[in-house]
Parts: sequence; structure tokens; C-alpha cells
Amino acid sequence: MLILGLESATAQVGCAIGGHEGVLASSHSSRGKRHAENLTPAIDFVCRQARVELSEISCVAVDNGPGLFTGLRVGVASGKAIAQALRIPMIAVSSLDLLAFPLRYTDRRIAAVIDARRGEVFWAFYRQVPGGVQRIGEPTVGSPDELAAELLAQPGETLLAGDGAIRYADRFLDRANVEVAGGDHAHPSARSLVQLAHARALREDWVRPQEIELLYLRKPDAEINWSTREGA
Amino acid sequence: MIRPQPQGLKVTCNTGDPSFPVGAETTILGLETSCDETAASVVVGGHLVRSSVVSSQVDIHARFGGVVPEIASRAHVDLLTPVIAEALVEAGVDGPDLHAVAATVGPGLVGSLLVGVSTAKALALVWDIPFVAVNHLEAHLYAALVEDPSLELPVVVLLVSGGHTMLVAMEGHGRYRLLGSTLDDAAGEAFDKVARYLGLGYPGGPAIDRVAMDGDPHAIAFPRAMMAEGLDFSFSGLKTAVINHVRKHPDASTADVAASFQEAVVDVLVAKARRAAVQIGARGLVLGGGVAANSLLRERFLSACVEEGVHGFLPSRAMCTDNAAMVAAAAWWRLGSDGPSGLDHGADPNLRLPLIG
Ligand SMILES: [Zn+2]
Repeated sequence: MLILGLESATAQVGCAIGGHEGVLASSHSSRGKRHAENLTPAIDFVCRQARVELSEISCVAVDNGPGLFTGLRVGVASGKAIAQALRIPMIAVSSLDLLAFPLRYTDRRIAAVIDARRGEVFWAFYRQVPGGVQRIGEPTVGSPDELAAELLAQPGETLLAGDGAIRYADRFLDRANVEVAGGDHAHPSARSLVQLAHARALREDWVRPQEIELLYLRKPDAEINWSTREGA
Repeated sequence: MIRPQPQGLKVTCNTGDPSFPVGAETTILGLETSCDETAASVVVGGHLVRSSVVSSQVDIHARFGGVVPEIASRAHVDLLTPVIAEALVEAGVDGPDLHAVAATVGPGLVGSLLVGVSTAKALALVWDIPFVAVNHLEAHLYAALVEDPSLELPVVVLLVSGGHTMLVAMEGHGRYRLLGSTLDDAAGEAFDKVARYLGLGYPGGPAIDRVAMDGDPHAIAFPRAMMAEGLDFSFSGLKTAVINHVRKHPDASTADVAASFQEAVVDVLVAKARRAAVQIGARGLVLGGGVAANSLLRERFLSACVEEGVHGFLPSRAMCTDNAAMVAAAAWWRLGSDGPSGLDHGADPNLRLPLIG
């Protein structure tokens, strides 16, 4: 079983291909062209590197957020198109899960933190379980200070990962029990996506392309204004 | 992968190829997501429409009184998959029957455009066929040729929508001259703003069209801006005049105001289109864009063509508003003249019509 993973929820855009033998090839880029310009050629490149025809793919995995809306949709729209054309199922994995997964060997609690722009971050907490990580509580959007307050309230040590953790590191690091993981852990990776999706594909835990739901965590501005007006 | 290929056609996927053999059998899937319509269509040979599916988001945006970009982008992601599926099923084709996938790359809302562009490029990659980047304005110009392939050029196209008001001379395929455009609001925008002010709801075009039926178009003499000067348009003064009139005469009949406003807009549009046709010696006058669905405009436009002795062409309402058949049609011509577009193509929200001279 071969899985194609597309990840474009943050400033990085990535693509990977893999299956039972692990990740066969991958490409990640966080500078240069924009997501939509980069992604299709990257898929072509990764397939060639892995010597895989797209028609051999049996499942498409996408990062369904939270993240930067436009980038997120480039990956999800591309993934849905490929799955639709090949008539194969899809698996959606949250960007926060993808950030936490590579830190599964730590014994600390993990906080995945993504820069949501406009002075806010998306975050979720994770703990270790055999073979991976498990989310504790729901993904949240809020100010770095709200996250800092939550960190303060929790006993034990926390390891933070993600571009949101790096950007607002000074808000979190005044506590001795908090550490921010380095630049390697700044963005969700397409390699982690393929690994996590593979485990789920073995359980046939997948959906049809039209059933993919994006995790925006934030309403469009107009709807926010509208509900405020309605409430007034 | 082996696919049946039409006679005389050699399908390769080399980008940068200056021209690409297209023929009567060349089958193109077009996608359109530049604003608030999610559309997909299969067109054969540049004009034979095998399917044209349009999913309008009008109801989603209605309560906000206009298109909300983020809401539009979210809806496109959800709607495009089923819309494409329907277009393919209705046309009775699948990937192996297609020779290219096209998408509107601009102008439009960038987030919305990117959904269509990313989808089209991914489909082109999977099916190993060319991707064709299409200019939305050029697609509108081709809408008439879809319904009347025998249309003789040069023609003058009056393109009026919520985003654009322009007079374009189409001298040949890919050869356009801009004769005039709006200096401020687009005509459709003026309809939306006036309808909102009169409390008629959104979208404004159909709302005013309906109410105006019961009004007197000569009740109020609203200004016809720049009527005598050139071929450019201006509608913001008219919009202000309507608002001022209603403020001064709070009990003026809404039907009369709507009818008089519509009369003023249509007067200017038709007079300038007519003058443009005479100026370039056009063989025909063509109407396009969302506002072309307006009943009064359609009626006046046709009588002006009769009086001027030029061939008047009114595409169906479905072909005037945003759709993907016009995208696939324009792509057929572009593929033939410019070849496939690169898979690293992005979206350009401010894309302009390519002009000559
Ligand atoms: Zn349009």
C-alpha cells in the first residue's frame, strides 16, 4: 500500500510518499515560490524520486489544519483532486498531531503550537502512548499569553514545538519547566503525515474525498462581525 | 498509460511548446472558481458543451450583502469535488477521454482561484494531460463563441458584471483591444449598492430587474455620466444621485427609483456599445457578464443592433454569468496557440486581458 502525503498548513509546503517500507521519498520547502506554485511540481518530483507512478497510490493523506487558510486549501484541494481522479480514499491528519508525533520519544508533555497570525496561535497538548502520541483536550486558538497561562497552571515539564512556539518563545520561556524545540520542529512534516496515515490506513480508517473536513478553528471575519451584530 | 487519441492529434505534455494540436475532438475539462460560482464543464472542440455544472453560492453570501472572500474559498473546497464528478458523469467521460484540464487563474479572489488552479493542476498530473491557465475575462469573451461558433469577427463585446464593465474589440482569436472601461464602480456593483440602499436585497441585479417592472423608467431623470465623452463609463455619480434623491423624497416609489436607475445604466451601456461598434466597423455586438442577464439591457441591446445593422448576439443567461464552459472554450484556443501551461502556475488576482496595440 502506497500513500501520498500533502502538507501545506504553515509557511512550509511538503510532499512525501511511502508505505510498509516507511517513507520512500519526500520534499519540503519553506522558502521561495508560493504553495500553489510549488506543490504540483513537488508531487511529480517525489513520485519520480520514489519511482512510483501516481496510479500506484492507494490513499492520499492531507494535513487538514489548523493553519494558514489559503495554504491549507492548496494542499487539501490538490489531495482531493488526486483521490477523486484515482478513485481512492483519503486520510486527514491535524497539523498539530504532525508537530507532536516526531517528539514521541520525550517523556515530557508536548504542546504543538502553530502561528495563526494576527497575534494568535493554534495549540493542543499531547502525551506519549506506545508507538506515538495522544492528544489531551481539544485544539484551541488564542493569544500566546492564554497559552502561557495554561502552561503555568500545569504541573510537570512541557516541550513546545511549532512556528508559533518559536515566534513567541519569550512568552513561554520564563518558566523553568518549559522548553521550545528547535527549528527542525518548526513545521508539520509530510513524512510524519505519511507515517501516521499509514497506521490509520491499515485499520481502513479513511474517508471519501468529499468527506474531508478542514479544521479552521476560526470563523471568517464577516461571520464574526455578523454574529456580533446579531447579538447586539 | 494508454488513452484513445482523436485522429490527427498527438497529445504530449511538453510545457513551453508554442503551439499544441487541437481539433474537433479535443475534449477539455474546465474549472471556474474565481468568485462565488463553483463550476466545472466538459467541452469538445472548443464549442460543443457536453456538460456545464454551476453551483452558486449566492444564498451563502446573501445575508452579508456581498461576496465574502474567506467564505467563498471555504465553499469552493467543499463544492468542487461533487461539481467535477457531476460534470464528468453528465458528459459521460472520464480522465482517459480528456485531453486537457483548464482553470481560471485570474482575475478574481485569490483564495478562491487557488482552489480551482490547485485542483486542475493535480488532475492534469494524475491524468498526464496538459494544464491550461485561463484568463477569466478572455473566457467571458469566448462565451458567445460557444453558443454561436459561426460568429464573424471583429465583434465588440460589452462585458458587464459585478467586477467589470468594459468594451472590448475582439479582432481575432487572442487579439483584443480595450475600447473603454469603468473609471469607478462596475455596473453590477452599482446595481448591488443601489439595491442594498433601497432594501431590495442581494444580489442587486435580479432584485432591481424585478422591482423595476412595476415602475416608471422616466419618473426620475438620473444623470447619464460621460454620455458624450468617449467609451469609458462612470457609475459612482449615478449611485450617489439615487441615494440623494431618496433622501430628499423619502416617499418616492421604490419601483420608480429602481426603474429610473436601471434606465440610466442601460442607456449609457447601450449607447456606448453602439458607438464602439460603429467606430471599429464591427460585424457584431456581443453581450456578456452577469449584468447581461438584465431584461431591459437585453431588450435595448438587441434593438440597438437592429437599428445599427450589426449582428447582435445575446448568449443565454447561463452563458453570460460565470460558468466553466467558457473556460474550457477559451482553453481550447489558448492550448492551440500557446501550448500547455506549467504545473508551477499560480493564481493572479489582478490578471488583465492581454491586449494588442
Ligand atoms: Zn465573470
